[in-house]
Amino acid sequence: MTALALRSLSVRLDGSLILDSVDGCVEAGEWVTVIGPNGAGKSTLLRAVAGLVPRLGAVEIAGHTELGRRELARRVALVPQSPALPPAMTVAEYVLLGRTPHLGYFAREGLHDLEIADAALARLDLVELAGRRLGTLSGGEQQRAVLARALAQQAPILLLDEPTNALDVGRGQQALELVDALRREAGLTVLAAMHDLTLAGQYADRLLLLDRGRVVAAGGADDVLTDELIRRHYGASVRVLHDEDGRLVVVPTRRS
Amino acid sequence: MAKAAELPLTDAARADARRLRVHGSSWLWVGGGVAFALAALLTGIVVGPAPIGIGAIVESAASNIPFLGLHSHLSASDSAIVWQLRLPRVVLGLLVGAMLSCAGATYQGVFRNPLVDPYLLGVAAGAGLGATLMIAYAPGQAFNGDLLPLAAFAGGCGAVVITYAIGRSSRGTATLVLAGVTVTAFLTAIQTFVQQQHTDTLQAVYSWILGSLDTAGWHDVLLLLPYAGVSAVVLLLHRRVLDVMTLGDEEATALGLNVGRIRVLLVAAATLGTAGAVAVSGLIGFLGIIVPHFVRLVAGSSYRIVLPLSILVGGGFLAFTDVLARTILSPAELPIGVVTAFFGAPFFAVVLRTARGVGP
Repeated sequence: MTALALRSLSVRLDGSLILDSVDGCVEAGEWVTVIGPNGAGKSTLLRAVAGLVPRLGAVEIAGHTELGRRELARRVALVPQSPALPPAMTVAEYVLLGRTPHLGYFAREGLHDLEIADAALARLDLVELAGRRLGTLSGGEQQRAVLARALAQQAPILLLDEPTNALDVGRGQQALELVDALRREAGLTVLAAMHDLTLAGQYADRLLLLDRGRVVAAGGADDVLTDELIRRHYGASVRVLHDEDGRLVVVPTRRS
Repeated sequence: MAKAAELPLTDAARADARRLRVHGSSWLWVGGGVAFALAALLTGIVVGPAPIGIGAIVESAASNIPFLGLHSHLSASDSAIVWQLRLPRVVLGLLVGAMLSCAGATYQGVFRNPLVDPYLLGVAAGAGLGATLMIAYAPGQAFNGDLLPLAAFAGGCGAVVITYAIGRSSRGTATLVLAGVTVTAFLTAIQTFVQQQHTDTLQAVYSWILGSLDTAGWHDVLLLLPYAGVSAVVLLLHRRVLDVMTLGDEEATALGLNVGRIRVLLVAAATLGTAGAVAVSGLIGFLGIIVPHFVRLVAGSSYRIVLPLSILVGGGFLAFTDVLARTILSPAELPIGVVTAFFGAPFFAVVLRTARGVGP
C-alpha cells in the first residue's frame, strides 16, 4: 500500500525553482532516503511533504491530497535538521508537545496522551531524564528527545532531515538503528534526507537521487550508488565497495 | 488508510503515565501567587497616613454581608478612605500589574525572545503620543473625563495596527520587530515635538509618562476591567499553544497550528490589555520583563504556569510597589514608574547575566 506519493511536485522559493516536477512514492513500512548534493532540494522536499512551503503538484498521503494542517500533522511527523530545543523546557514537557495535533485548540492532555508520551519516553530510554531540562542534555540525548516527540505524535509517516548531522559516528549509527527498530515495531514509514551515502545506502530500502531539484535516479542502493552517478551529480571521485556482508560502502578517493 | 503508528503500552507505562502530569507542583505555585497578591491587597488597604486597623476593615467588609448582623465601627471618613480611595487604587495596581506581566510573558513567547516587553510593537509610543496630544490641545478636559485614557488607548492600539501593517511578513518575526522599532521612533519624535511646542504642559506629560495610580478610583478600574478581562482570558486559554510556539514557526506548523493566525490573535489580545493598562496608569516600565522572568526562574518555563503566575505575581508586585511609591516620601508621591524601574533595573541586570538558561 502506498503511504506517500509525490506527483509532479514543484516548489518555487523567492523566484527560484527548488523542486522541479518530482514524482515518487513510498510504500507503507518502507524507508526511502533522499540523497543529492548541497542545494539539490532534499530538505525542501521534506518540508513540502510536511506542508511547510507553498507547492505545485500533489502530495498524496494515504490517498488524501488535500489534508488540513492538523490532519496532516496526525499523519506526518517531521524531525527537522536543527530542531528548536527550548533550553529550560523539560524532556517530558517537550515530548508531550507531540500530542498537539490530537488535542483540541484549548484542550489539555488527557490520561491517554500522558500514556502515549510516557511510552515514547520509555521506548527511547528517556524515563530517567523526563524531568531534566533540554539544555542540560547531550547531543545524543537531545536527538532521542526529538524522536520521542515525533513518536508521541503517532503519525504513520516519519520525515527525518539529516538525522545524523550533529552526531558523532557512534551516536549517528545508534539514532539510525533506533529509527529502524521503531519502523519495525510501530510500522512507521520513513522518508529521510541524508548526506552520508554509506549510511543512506545501508539503512534505506530505496534511494532517491536529487540534483538541482529533479530526480535523476531512483531505486535500490546498488542502482543509485554507482561511481558514475556520484561523479556526475556530486562531482566527487569515489569508490563503491561491498563489505563482507555485501553492503555497499562509498569511499571518497583523492583525485590526484 | 495508513494506521497511526502506535507502540504497545505496558501496564507499567500506564501506571507511570500520571507522573507525567508535568506540573504537579503548579497548584502550589498558584497558591503561593494568590497568597502574594492577597498580601499586597491587604497591605495596600491598611497602609496609609490615616491609621486604620485591619480588624476594623475586615469588620467593615463583613458588615456588608447580610444575615451576619455585624456593624462597622469605621467612621464615615475612614470608610471612604478604605473603600473609595485605597481599595480601588490597590485593585487598579493589581489589574495593571497583572496585565503588563501577562502581556510581557506572551510577547516573549510569541517573539521567542526573552528580552522583549509588551511595548515592543509601539503601544507605549502610540499611547504616549495620544496622551500628549490630549494634554497639549485639550488641557481643560483631559484631566476630568475619560478623554486622556481614551486618547492613550487609541494611540497605543493605532500604533500596533500600523506596526502590523508595515511589518507583516512571511519571513518570520524580525520584520515585525523592526517595524515596531520604526513606528516607536517615529511616534516618539512627533510626541517630543508636540511636547516642545507646548512647554506649559511639560510637567503634566512628564508625570503621565512616568506612570501613576494616583488618580485611581473605581472609575479607572471599571474602565480597564473589560479590556483586562478579555485579554487575560484569551491569553490564558492559549497557554499550551504558547508552549508549542516556543518551538518556532516551522515546527509549530508541522504540529498542526496555524501560527500566523495565532500570533495575530495573541498580539491583539496582549495589546488590548496593555493599551488599557497604559491608558489608566501611564507608562510603567520593566514589569513586563522582570515578572515573567522571575516566574520562569522559580517555577519553570512552561506557559501553563508562567501566564497564571505572572498575573498573580505581577499584580501583587505592582500593588506593593504602589504602597512604596506613596509612602517613601509621604505625603508626596513618587511616580510608580520610578519605583518599579529602581527595583526592576538591578533585577533585570541579573536576568541579562543569566538569560542563557532562561528560555522565552
